[in-house]
This record gives sequence, structure tokens and C-alpha cells, in this order.
Amino acid sequence: MISQFFVLSQRGDNIVFRDYRGEVQKGSAEIFFRKVKFWKEDGDGDAPPIFNVDGVNYFHVKVAGLLFVATTRVNVSPSLVLELLQRIARVIKDYLGVLNEDSLRKNFVLVYELLDEVIDFGYVETTSTEVLKSYVFNEPIVVDVARLPSLGPAGIFMQGTKRMPGTAVTKSVVANEPGGRKREEIFVDIIEKISVTFSSSGYILTSEIDGTIQMKSYLTGNPEIRLALNDDLSIGRGGRSIYDYGSSYGSGAVILDDCNFHESVHLDSFEDDRTLTLVPPDGEFPVMNYRMTQEFKPPFRINTLIEEAGPLKAEVILKVRAEFSSSITANTILVQMPLPTYTTRVSFELEPGAVGNTTDFKEANKRLEWGLKKIVGGSEHTLRAKLTFSQESHGNIVKESGPVSMTFTIPMYNASRLQVKYLQIAKKAKNDNLYRWVRYVTQANSYVARL
Amino acid sequence: MAPPAQSQRSPSPSQPSGKGEVSDLKSQLRQLAGSRAPGIDDSKRELFKKVISYMTVGIDVSSLFGEMVMCSATSDIVLKKMCYLYVGNYAKVNPDLALLTINFLQRDCKDEDPMIRGLALRSLCSLRVANLVEYLVGPLGSGLKDNNNYVRTVAVMGVLKLYHISASTCVDADFPAMLKHSMLNDSDAQVVANCLSALQEIWSSEASSSEEASREREALLSKPVVYYFLNRIKEFSEWAQCLVLELVGKYVPSETSEIFDIMNLLEDRLQHANGAVVLATIKVFLQLTLSMTDVHQQVYERIKAPLLTLVSSGSPEQSYAVLSHLHLLVMRAPFIFSSDYKHFYCQYNEPSYVKKLKLEMLTAVANESNTYEIVTELCEYAANVDIPIARESIRAVGKIALQQYDVNAIVDRLLQFLEMEKDYVTAEALVLVKDLLRKYPQWSQDCIAVVGNISSKNIQEPKAKAALIWMLGEYSQDMHDAPYILESLIENWEDEHSAEVRLHLLTAVMKCFFKRPPETQKALGAALAAGLADFHQDVHDRALFYYRLLQYNVSVAQRVVDPPKQAVSVFADTQSSEIKDRIFDEFNSLSVVYQKPSYMFTDKEHRGPFEFSDELGHLSIGAESTGHASQSSLAIDDLLGLGLPVAPAPAPSPPLLKLNSKAVLDPGTFQQKWRQLPISLSQEYSVSPRGVAALTAPQALLRHMQGHSIHCIASGGQSPNYKFFFFAQKAEESSTFLVECIINTSSAKAQIKIKADDQSASEAFSTLFQSALSEFGLP
Repeated sequence: MISQFFVLSQRGDNIVFRDYRGEVQKGSAEIFFRKVKFWKEDGDGDAPPIFNVDGVNYFHVKVAGLLFVATTRVNVSPSLVLELLQRIARVIKDYLGVLNEDSLRKNFVLVYELLDEVIDFGYVETTSTEVLKSYVFNEPIVVDVARLPSLGPAGIFMQGTKRMPGTAVTKSVVANEPGGRKREEIFVDIIEKISVTFSSSGYILTSEIDGTIQMKSYLTGNPEIRLALNDDLSIGRGGRSIYDYGSSYGSGAVILDDCNFHESVHLDSFEDDRTLTLVPPDGEFPVMNYRMTQEFKPPFRINTLIEEAGPLKAEVILKVRAEFSSSITANTILVQMPLPTYTTRVSFELEPGAVGNTTDFKEANKRLEWGLKKIVGGSEHTLRAKLTFSQESHGNIVKESGPVSMTFTIPMYNASRLQVKYLQIAKKAKNDNLYRWVRYVTQANSYVARL
Repeated sequence: MAPPAQSQRSPSPSQPSGKGEVSDLKSQLRQLAGSRAPGIDDSKRELFKKVISYMTVGIDVSSLFGEMVMCSATSDIVLKKMCYLYVGNYAKVNPDLALLTINFLQRDCKDEDPMIRGLALRSLCSLRVANLVEYLVGPLGSGLKDNNNYVRTVAVMGVLKLYHISASTCVDADFPAMLKHSMLNDSDAQVVANCLSALQEIWSSEASSSEEASREREALLSKPVVYYFLNRIKEFSEWAQCLVLELVGKYVPSETSEIFDIMNLLEDRLQHANGAVVLATIKVFLQLTLSMTDVHQQVYERIKAPLLTLVSSGSPEQSYAVLSHLHLLVMRAPFIFSSDYKHFYCQYNEPSYVKKLKLEMLTAVANESNTYEIVTELCEYAANVDIPIARESIRAVGKIALQQYDVNAIVDRLLQFLEMEKDYVTAEALVLVKDLLRKYPQWSQDCIAVVGNISSKNIQEPKAKAALIWMLGEYSQDMHDAPYILESLIENWEDEHSAEVRLHLLTAVMKCFFKRPPETQKALGAALAAGLADFHQDVHDRALFYYRLLQYNVSVAQRVVDPPKQAVSVFADTQSSEIKDRIFDEFNSLSVVYQKPSYMFTDKEHRGPFEFSDELGHLSIGAESTGHASQSSLAIDDLLGLGLPVAPAPAPSPPLLKLNSKAVLDPGTFQQKWRQLPISLSQEYSVSPRGVAALTAPQALLRHMQGHSIHCIASGGQSPNYKFFFFAQKAEESSTFLVECIINTSSAKAQIKIKADDQSASEAFSTLFQSALSEFGLP
């Protein structure tokens, strides 16, 4: 049970403020914002998503640069409130197409209308976009998406490749298209976030894939959908330690450690033929979340070489090799490496003919940054950085710098080899203009090579 | 919504200050109010939007109340909704004007469109004006019987709102009984769920004054009701499922088979994508199996994978909430998670509040087989650019060293830290080395060799400096330079800002003096002089104390200041097991995130309906008075001959144990003993139905037990959960028994924990206690 809900901009302005029970004082938004902005407890760092000030519990999640906040005096379930905040953000996004400060300000009356139906007297009534449709009457004022960077998982499909009608995913579930007629389409996105830690010798210390099958349906009449996954998919590693990398590597079978499913998913035939049956509700939702620690081939190898070149100088050579098929291109790659604190200057040297590279030395936190627009599978890229120090390094450079970390996005690639074999829509054959989009993407979560 | 004082927010350019704009709006609204021109609704919408946006940013637009109400006569539902929102926000501060809205709201409550009926009813109940409650009863009554489920869900919450405005109106109209009927009969799951929320709130708050309400609240936890909800669980929305699971978590099954039935039924809820559902399910599993050690452990194994999946899916905020719960479980049963340690490795981009939890978990799960890898990983973090985390990691290594027997390799690592040229690393490592030496004096040779090389000039942090000085004093005979380093530190006395360091310096130079007098005498003199002149009271007093002690007798001084030390075996835990248990009982609540039981951060009325108010400290005052009362009433009992002397037939086994009927124990001692003693016996008894009935007056139990020479020191709780703390003493000696007794009246079970000075007698005492309890309520 919550007492208040509000949305604050990055500057701390109230965009939406709803008091459901009148149990928490009115200045709560300001108290909250001040606390978050100047968080001091237990050293520096960000404010945790949940904290207590004078008996009032504040919960917040950050979505699209906005703060979604709930307050209560009651000792509630923290997961419930955080999940709810996240869900409210999703419902609003379903309605507005794009969620950001601008779209929220333009549509705040609609948002109030939604909030009235989502929560009554602090208790959750419904967060289903589907159900809400029948209660909510404001039409969304759609903001121009072309100029705006898209947010949320689906946004990554808009980068680089023009393979996908990217804007489609940012349309509202209720607003009609400019043409008047609604396009019948469904998006199934397999989004994987990978975490890999390499030891200094290049050996994989830990690796994990956190994946989600995300669905967004714009189909009318709520048809039933069948989604078939790999036949040889198995779940759970029965008794064996999760990190017991066995002979399974390379054998082809996809072994998930664990997974969970959206409410609407029926698992009746899942055991037999790995098929999920569901009637997708309107809006965006995760069909299935999964986690895998089975060993996989990391998409990138990172090589770092540090050489001392005199008492006040050193050279760092960074090599990144893309170990995936040349038909695939990774984009928005960023390689970062903390340098010794006594580094004063860095000069960079790229390979001859390198395009779309950016290099930078961030003076404030002594960090080297190397950005690459794209990397084609199979290729290798090198950066040389010459460092100048303000004091002698005593041969401790390696200890005082690193680890090297990397972020990237690889469309049409998935590390786990989990696949949607087919997507079947049970349709009353009225409309054959059905668009089905199954898309894969892999992103780096924590991709680190130690020195 | 904030009906906000204007002063609250200083006007910024983007936010108009209000006054002029508000009066503009007022005249525009007036113009529109009477107009029936086509397209008028659109212009009204624009105006209403402006009003609402002012309201949101905190400008007081309550002066428009009259105009807003006039404009609300419309069939446009979007307009209506905005108007309701406005009215709900300002009615409370304008009770007179609120009366104006009653009319149109009541009319809308009878509209043909169920949507409008529902909306109007919700707004009507949201006015929060006490003198308007008479207008609510009628519409609410018909709302509860409406044939549309939307209207009914709104009406149920409306009843709860009414209860908060005027409890007596709500109860007098017999609404709780109507809700109960709907809860058990309505076809719509959301109506049922709302009834449950509303009734839990209403009956919990009524329970203190009404026995009927307290019985009704207990009935929510009865088998038929709980099973009714369980059987329908899949009809409910995920949020309502959480509500039901919360209820089931408090249900105490009477048979073991029930436990397995419930767990089988709920098994698939562990695969739900909503973390709140999964955690609520886990709570049910944990609570149900508390008394079945093996199954309880299997539950831990079973919930591991779903928890880890939740931690890695979803937003960072959600994963933090789940991780906090995982943290609690890891701390309770580290051995179950010891093979999963890699999941607790930190990722470089995680926020520090997550890393902190993970470091604690890594520390907890470290055992013989994984220590090497964990410590290796922690050492990587120690070199991290994130300084607070680097510090925490070093502390974690130290903690692991203190809990392991084979510390060889770890000590080497710590000593490497000392050699790393990073101030904070050296500082943390020094503090740790000091603690290690207190536990493992055998390592002193190795450590001293390294510590001796550290220049005290490079150490700035008071804690680290104090640790270094302590080692200089403690091991001065093995450290060649000790007297001279101390001497140079004393020379800089004036520059030493930390009193803690100066105190340590005094003590260290004393210790050094006892071991190497000729070399230290000068330094000692300088230190005592500087100490006596010190402005800090403690430093001054210690210097004076040492000075006089030395004057009196040097060998006595040595015995006081530098006695031979015993190695410390266990460093004190920061949290008592009482508190940890309490947090575990409050699984799936904020207590877990804050790592505090709820009484430490919420006021009583917000702790949730089934909490105890049994904090010993709080109740000890009350307990004293009950002690007196029960003594006098005992005397009366005896006079009337109603006490226990009329013992029922042959006692099964005459207790060998005799208790002192006049035992005394003050609450302070009780608390202290309770904290120190281990639980020697933990049991569950059934309470006779008559005993349960008699518990409506818990004082009766206190009197009854006193008749058996078992005295109550504190009691608390509300139906169905009562909690008592008892004590008793042996007749011949001053050996004490302490008892925590939790009685659940709905399950008729009493859970007993016994702690005893003389543990061998606790079995006999338990028999005595049980027989005393079983007689409770007998005529």
C-alpha cells in the first residue's frame, strides 16, 4: 500500500503528483529530491532505490531520465512497490509511445487518468494496458520521435541498421497511425545482456547471459500465439554446480540455469516441444526471462599491453578482436580503462585508415576512452596510447590501472544460441497483412578484462 | 495531490508564480460556464488542463473551486475526470464548497454508464470531508450491489475510504459485514481482492476496541478462508496474488500434509516474472517449513535459482530489492550458498550499495574450499578505482581471515596490501593487521617485519595511525626502531589532530617504556608532559593517570597498562540473533532492505496488522505493574481456594524440579541473560480450546502461570498472536529459566523457547511449563 506517487524531472520539478491517502506530508517530493541529489550516507555513491526519512519510506526507479517515486509509512514489500513503479512507467510508455520528460508533460492529464485507475487508495487495481484501455479516455498527444533518442530495450534496434521499421515500436498502443488504419504487427525481441570477466591471461573467470524475450503486439482481436524455442533447450543443471562447465560447450544444446515467465504464458506443451502458448496482452511485456552460465564464445577478445618507456612515460596498447561472423556488425563500442592517478597527459595513435574512432583522456577520473562506431565480425582494431606521468611509477603501472571494460551492441547476434524457431499466429484469416518481427540483439552488461 | 502553500516553492521562470494567471483563469472559466457554443468542450478541456498543471507544480488554484464546479455540468467524460481530480484535491481545504459538488456527484452515481457511476462514486469517497459522510452511505450501499464489477471494485475501496473519514459511520452502516459477504461470494476477482485489503485494514484497526472485529480478523486466517483464496489464486491479478500470498504466509496449518499441499499448489508461482509474487511465495514456503529443518533446507535449495534469475533480470532497482533478500538468506545459511559464490562477484558498473551487499555475501560464504578464489577476487577489487569499495574489499579479506583457521595465504595478501602504494589501501590493511594480531599472535614476526618498513609519515588516517601506534607499543621489543618512531611522533604532538591517536600514543609509549626503559624514558617524559597540557579531557586524564601510576609503583603500572594478553577468539557480532530472527520473520518487507526490524523504523500503527508490540524494553514498565497485580490476585485466588492446590488427579510424572514461588528478576537482567544464553529447548505445544478462549484476557494466563511459580516479565501482541516472556528460578539455588512463549489462538499452538542457566534442567522445566500451560482455562 502506497501513500503518494510522483514523477520528478532530472531537475526535481514535479511533473505528476498524486496523493492517495494523505498520510505523508506535502513537502515529500522536495525532501526526496534533496536526499537523492546530495546522498551522503555510507560514503559516496548513488542513493539506494529505497530509503527512510523520518518514518517515511521513499522508493524510486529511474526511467528515461525521470524519477518515478512512491512513498509510504507502512512496512510494505519493497519488490512490490519497485515492480509497480516500473510497471507504471511501462503502461505510460505503452500509451504515449515514447516516454520522456517532453511526452509526459504534454500528456500529464492522460497520466493522471491512468494513475487513477492503476491505484485506488494506495492499493494496486490493475497495471494491464489491456484492461486500462476501457477506462481511459484521453487521447495521447504523440511527440515527434524522429528527433528523439529512443529509450528502453527496443530502442537499440533503431541504431545503425535500417533493417527494422524502428519507429513502429515507439508508437502508442491506442493512437491511430497517421494513415488512419492500424498496422497489424507483432515484435518479438530476444535481448541478451552478457557479462564476462577475463583474467589477465585471457582465461574466462566468469560469464553469464541474462536474456529476455520481449513482446510487443499491435494485433487486433487478441489472437493466440505459439512461440517455439530450440528443441534441445534444457532448463536447470540438476544437482551440478552452476559453474561446472561441462562437455556441453560446443555440443549444441542450450542449457539455461533458470527462467521465469509472464502471467499470460501457458506452459502446457513446454515440457514436450519447447513451445510457449500465449494470448499477448496489449503493450510491451517480457514473455520470458532467462539466465545462463553455460560457457559461450565471447564476441570480443581484448588484449592489453603496458610497456614502461622511461621513468615518466609508458605506452598502452589495446587490441580488440571481434570473434563473430563477418556478416554481423557490432555498433556503439566503447572501451574504457582507468589509468594511474599520476597520469597527466595521453597522446593517442590509431591504426592508419581507422574511421569512426574517437579517443579521449578524461582528466577528472583519469580514464582512457576509445569509441568505435562499428566493428565488423572477424576484424581487429588497435589503439596505442602514450602516457606521461607526473611522478615515477616504480613499476606499479599495472597495479594502478585497469581493468579494461567494454560496452557494445550487436544486432542480429545472440550469444546463448537460444532461438525462436517459429512464431505462429492463430488468426481468423481476415487479414493477411500480418507483420512478424523476430529480432536478436546482444549487449554488454559487464564486459571486463583484467590486467 | 498537493494543495500547496505557495511559499513552498519559489517561483522559477518556467513556473508562473500564480496570482495573475489564476485570476485570468477564473474569468475565462466564468465565460465558458454558461456558454453552450459548439466546440465549447475543447476550450474547457484546455482550461482545465491549465488548472491541473498549476495544481501539479504547486500553485494554489483552490479559489477556482466555484467556477470549476459550474463548468463541470457536461457529458464529456474527459472533462468530468479532470474536474473530479480537482475536486478531490481541494475539497478537504474547502469543506463548504465541497458541498456544492455533492449534488452532481450523487446524480452521476446513478448514471446509466457504469464508467460514470464508478468515477463519481470514487470521487465522492475521495472528498475526505467529515461532515459529508452522510451523503456517502446511500451511494456506497448501492455501489456494492451494482451489477457492474468496475463499480463494485470502486465501492469496496470507497467503504475503506469512508472508514478512514468516519469509522463509526462505516461500522454502523454494517459495511464490514457486506464486504465480508462480497469477499466470499463475488464472481469478480478484483472485487474479492479489494474486499480482503479493506477488511484487513478495518478489522485490524477495530480489533483493539472490539472483540468481534478481532475474531473476524482471526477468521481471515482460518482454514476455509485461506483455502478459498488459495483455490482461486490464478484468477487474481499478480498484485492481488501478492495480497493472498501475504495472507497465506500467516496461516498456520494444523497438519504436515497441508504444508505440502500448499507448497505444491504454489510451486509454479516461483517461476513468475513479477519479483513481488516470487518473494511472497518464498515467504510462504519459508514460514510453513520453519519447524521442519530438512524441508526448510530444501526450500533454500529450491528458491536459489529463481532468486538469482530475478537478481539478474529487471531494472537495477528491482534487482537490489531481491538481492537484499538473497543477502538475508545467505547470512542465515551461508553453507547452502557456498558453491554459488561466483554469483556474488561484483560487476564494475554496479552501484556501490549493490557491491556492499555482495561483498558481505562473499565474506559469509567463504569456506575452506572457496576461500582462495574469493580472496583472489577481493584483492582485484582492492586495486579498484572505486575507493570506498576498495576499502570494503580489504575489510572483507580481513573478516574472512578472522573467520578462517588457515589464514596463511590471506596474511600474505594483506601484507602485500601494505606494500601497495595507495594510502587508503595501506590504511585499511594496517587496521586489519592489528585485529589479526589480536586473534593470531603467532603471526607477529611476519607482520612486524612488514609493518616496521612503513613510514608513519605516510599514514594520515587516524584509525590506521592508531593501529600502527598500537603495534609499535605492543611489539616494541621486536621492532628495532619502535622507541624512536614513537619519539618522533611525540615531537609532533601539536600537529596530531585526532584525540584517538594521541590516546594510543600515550599508551604505546608506556608499553615501550616497560620493555625498553633507557631508550624510551625521554620520549615518555615528553609524552606525559604534552598529555598533561592537552586540551582534550580524555587525553589529559589518561596522561595524569599514567603519571600518578608511575609515581606510585612502576611494576603495578606495568600490570595495569601492559598485562599479558589472551588472544581474542571471536569478535563481537554487530547484530544480536534476536534482531536477525525478527528480520527473518519480516521477510518480504522493508525490514530486510534496511536490515532492521520494523519497530526500529516505523511507528506502531504502520507496522502492519499482525505485528507484535513486544519489545522487551517497551513492556518492562507494564510488566512491573502486572507483577504486583497478579501477586495480589493470587492471594485472593488462594483465599477462595481456586488456585492450583486442587491438583487434577495423579500427575503423570512428579516433577523433580522445584521452583521458587517468590522469584524476582529485574527486566534489565532478564534482557541481558536472554541475549547471552543459547536456546536450550524449543518446542511447540497445543493449547486446549478452553485455554484459547480464556486468552481473550491475557492477564489471566499471567496469573495462572504465577500460581505455578512461573512469572511473567513482559507480554504483548494482539489476537491471534500473543507473546509472553516468563522466568522462573529453582527453589534451592539461584539458577534461572527464561521462556519466550508465542501463542497463536487461531491455530491453538504455543511455541516455546527456553533458555536456562542450568541447561541440564531445561527438559524437566519444560515438562513443568507444559503441564502448567495445559491446565490453563480449566475450571
